[in-house]
Amino acid sequence: MIALLLVLLPLITGVATFFLRKENAAKKLALLSSLATMVISILGLTLFNKTELLQFSADWLPGLGTKFDIRLDGMGQLLCLLTAISFPLIFISTWQRTYKNAHNFFALMLLAQAGLMGVFLAMDALVFYFFWELALIPVYFLCSMWGGEKRIAATFKFFIYTFAGSVLMLVALIYLQTQTVDHSFSINSFYQLEIKNDIQNWLFVLMFIAFAIKMPLFPFHTWQPDLYEQSPTSTTMVLSGIMVKMGLFGVIRWLLPTLPSASFAYGETTVAVLAVIGMLYASLLAMRQNDMKRLIAYSSIAHIGLMVIAIFAETQLAMQGVMIQLFSHGINIIGLWIIVEWIERKYGTTKFSELGGLAQKAPVMSILFVVIALANISLPLTNGFVGEFLMFSGIFTSKIFTYQIVITAAAGVCIILSAVYMLRMVQKIIYGNTSAITANATDIGFNEKFALSIIALLILAVGLFPQPILDLTQTTATQILNEANILHLLKK
Amino acid sequence: MNALIVTAVLGVMMMFSSIVLKRNSAIRMLAIVGLLFTFIANVLDSSGVHFFSINIKGMMHFDQFAYFFISISIFCTFIFFLLSAKEMERIGVNYSEYFALIFFILCGIILVASFTSLLILFLGIEIISIPLYILTGSDKKNLKSNEASLKYFLLGAFSTGIMLMGIALFYGSTGSFSVENSVVIAATTSPMLLIGILLLLFSMSFKVSAAPFHFWAPDVYDGAPTVFTSFMATIVKAAAFIAFIRLFSLAFTPLQDRWQLIVAVIIALTLFVGNITAVFQQSVKRMLAYSSIAQSGFMLMALLAFNTFSVEGILLYIVAYSISTMGIFSVLVKMKDSSLEEFNGFAKHQPVLAVALTVFLLSLAGIPLTAGFLSKFYMLKAVMHSGNFLWLIIFAVLMAAVSVYYYFRIIQVMFFKESDSNTIIVSTSFKWLLSALAIIIIVLGVYPQLLLQFLV
Repeated sequence: MIALLLVLLPLITGVATFFLRKENAAKKLALLSSLATMVISILGLTLFNKTELLQFSADWLPGLGTKFDIRLDGMGQLLCLLTAISFPLIFISTWQRTYKNAHNFFALMLLAQAGLMGVFLAMDALVFYFFWELALIPVYFLCSMWGGEKRIAATFKFFIYTFAGSVLMLVALIYLQTQTVDHSFSINSFYQLEIKNDIQNWLFVLMFIAFAIKMPLFPFHTWQPDLYEQSPTSTTMVLSGIMVKMGLFGVIRWLLPTLPSASFAYGETTVAVLAVIGMLYASLLAMRQNDMKRLIAYSSIAHIGLMVIAIFAETQLAMQGVMIQLFSHGINIIGLWIIVEWIERKYGTTKFSELGGLAQKAPVMSILFVVIALANISLPLTNGFVGEFLMFSGIFTSKIFTYQIVITAAAGVCIILSAVYMLRMVQKIIYGNTSAITANATDIGFNEKFALSIIALLILAVGLFPQPILDLTQTTATQILNEANILHLLKK
Repeated sequence: MNALIVTAVLGVMMMFSSIVLKRNSAIRMLAIVGLLFTFIANVLDSSGVHFFSINIKGMMHFDQFAYFFISISIFCTFIFFLLSAKEMERIGVNYSEYFALIFFILCGIILVASFTSLLILFLGIEIISIPLYILTGSDKKNLKSNEASLKYFLLGAFSTGIMLMGIALFYGSTGSFSVENSVVIAATTSPMLLIGILLLLFSMSFKVSAAPFHFWAPDVYDGAPTVFTSFMATIVKAAAFIAFIRLFSLAFTPLQDRWQLIVAVIIALTLFVGNITAVFQQSVKRMLAYSSIAQSGFMLMALLAFNTFSVEGILLYIVAYSISTMGIFSVLVKMKDSSLEEFNGFAKHQPVLAVALTVFLLSLAGIPLTAGFLSKFYMLKAVMHSGNFLWLIIFAVLMAAVSVYYYFRIIQVMFFKESDSNTIIVSTSFKWLLSALAIIIIVLGVYPQLLLQFLV
C-alpha cells in the first residue's frame, strides 16, 4: 500500500496539475502533494514498517512474464526517502521563481517524481525499465522548455545518450528473461540465474553502459556539465540529487547480483580504472572552473566515481557506505543548488569573478553554505564523512581487488582536491570584498533559510548518528553481496 | 467471406453513388456507414454467422488471426475516414471514386489476409496495387503526383512480374499452388523451389518497402496526395506484411534456415537505410516516408521469428504504427506544405493537437507507456526467443535510438520554437478524435490485452 501510494500520489496529482490554469494553485498542489508523499515515505519507515504494507503486486502482461511488482527494501526505503524529502525542499526553495505555463512545469516535476519512485521500488525488470524511461521524459521537457539559452541542444544530447544506453539495457534484460527458469522478469528469477561467463561479459557491457551514462561515469559524462548549466535549477536539483543515483542504484540492484562473475571480471580492470580516471579528471577540471554550476557538476562526477568503485569492491562496509552516500550526496548537492539558485535569481550570475564578499551581506546564507560545502568535502561530523569513510575502508579491505592501495590512494587524492575546489568556491563567493553586483546584497529569505536549515540538520544528524541508516541498509547490502559473491559461486 | 463480398459490392456502389448523391457529405456518410456495416459483417463472420456460402475450393482460409487482422484494417480505415475523408475533397472532383478505390483496396486486403493459394495472393496484391496507382496519381495537375504514380506503376509492375516468376517456379517444383508445409517438404531439395522462394521474398520485400527494394517508397509517398500517403503507408503496408508473414509462415518454414539469414540482412539494411536517411530530411512528409521504411524493419522481425510473441506483436505493431502515423498525417494534410518550419510554435497555437502528436511521435520512437514501445518490445522478444540473431537485436535498438533523433525534432520545433502565425484551423471534433487516438495509444501501451484478448 505504502509502495503503491508513493508512485500513485505524485502520478495522479501530476496529471491533475496539468489542468490547473492558475500558477499559484499549481504550485500549492505540487507542494502539498510532495509533502504528502514525504509523510507517506516517513510513515513507511516508522509506523507502517510491515512487509505486507511495503509491497504491492498485480498482474500485468502475464504473456510476457511480467508482473507489476513493487516493494520497499532497505535501499529502496532510503532512496524513496531521499526523493520524498527532496521535492518539498526543491519546491520551497524555488517558491519565488515564476515560470511561464507554471502548471505544466509543476505537473512534469511531479511526474518525474513518480518515475523516480517507481525506479527505486520496481522488483520486476520490465517495470523497472518502464519507470527508468518514464523518469526521463518529464525531465526532457522540463529542461528543454524552461532551461537556459543552449538548453535544446544540451537536453537533446542527454536524451539521446540515455535513451541509447537504456535500449541496450533492454536487450540485456530481455535476454536474461529468456534464460530464467520460469520465463519471468521478476527480480528473484534474475538473482537465481547462473549464466556462462562469456555471455555474462557482454551482458555486463550492455547493461553497464546504460548505468554508466546515467551516473555519469567517464567517458560517458559529456552530457552532464552542459545540462546542469542549462536546466532550470529546480530540475538540475532533481537530476543531480536523485536522477544520477538511478545509475548507481541500478548497478547495485540489477547488475551486481545478476551478473556476478562479469562484475568481478570487469569491476577492477575496467570500471575502477575508468572511475579513477574520471575522478581525477573531474577534480582537476573542477579546480579550473569559474562558474558555480559547472564546478558542482564536475564535483558530482568525482563523487560518483568513488561510489562506483565502492560498489565493485563488494564488501559490506563499502556497500553500506555507498547507500549512505547515495542519500547524503543527494541532500548535499541539492543544498548547493539551492544556494546557486538563490545567487542566480538575486544577481543574475554564478561566476566567481563577478561575486564575492557575501559573508558580510548574507551571514545566514554563508554559514549554511559553508556547512554544506564541508559536508561535500566530507569533513568529520558531516554526513559525507560517514559514507566516504565506510567506502574507503571497504575498498581498502576488498578481497577481490588486487590494487586496492593504488585505488584508495587515487581516491584519497580526489578528496584532497575536492577540499581545494570547494573551499576555493566558498572563498571566492563569500569572502573577500564585495563586487559591484553584490554591493547591495541582502540575506536569504525565509524559504531558503528553512530549506537550507533542514538540509544542514540532516547533514549533522546523519553525520553524528548514522546508525539508523546503517541498520536500514544492512539487510539489503548483505543480501546483494550474497547474491554477488563470486567466492561462494566458485565453491559450488 | 462476408467482408470480402460486402467490400466488393460497396466498392461498386460507391462508384455509382455520385449519380444519385449530389452532396459530398452524403457520399462521405455513405462510405462511413458502409464501412461500419463491413466491420459488423466481419465480426459476425468470425463468430459463425456467414451471410454467403460459397465453395472457395480451399483457396482461402479464414482463421481467427485473419478475421482479427481484417477487423483491424477495417477499423483503421474507419479512423482514416473520420480523420481525413474531408480532405479528399481538395484533391479532385471525383470524390466518390476515391472511396470506391479504397473499398476495392480493402477487398484486396481481405484476400491477402486469408489466402491459402498463391493465385489468391497474386490476385489480392494486384487488387491492392492497381487502385493505389490511381490514388497516387489522383492529383492530376500536380507533376510530382504524376511522376510518383508512373514510378510506382512501373516498379510495381516489375515486382509483380518477379512475383509471378516466383509463383511459376514454385508451381513447377511442387506441382501445386497450395501454400502448405507438406507441399514444400516434398520438394525441399529442388533448387527451383529455392529460387522461387527467393523471388517471392524479393517481390514481397518490394511491397513492404524493405531495403534494398525501398527506392520507390520515398518518392511515391512524397509525391502522392498526403491523404492517400497516410492510407498507403499504414493500412496497405500492414496488409502487405500480413501477406508476407502468412506466405512464409504457412509454407516456407521447412526451409527456414535457407532464407532466415537473408531476411535478417534485409531487416538490418532496412533499419539502417530508413533511420539514417530520415535523419537528414527537411520535409516532414518525406521524413515520415523514411520512418515508415524504418518501421518496416521492425515489423519484418515477425517474419524472422514465428512464435506467439511475434503473432501478438505484429498485430499490436500494426495498430500502434497505423494509428500514430495516420494521426500525424491527418495534421500534416491540413498544413500548407510539409516543411519542419510549419510546426514552429505549434504547441502554443494548438496545444491539444501538439500533445496528441507528441504521444504519436513518442509511440513511433518506442518510448515506454505507449503502444509503440510494447510492440517493439514484442518484436525484440520474439527474435530473442528464437535464439539467434542477437547482433540484429542490438543493431535494431541502436537504430531505434537514432530514430529518436528525427522524431524528437518535430517535438522540439512544436514546443520550443516560436512562431506568430497559427498555421492551421481545425474543428473541435477533430481535436477530440485525435485526443481519443492518443489515449488509445497510451492505453494499449499499458494494457495491450485489451486488444490481444480477441486473438485467442
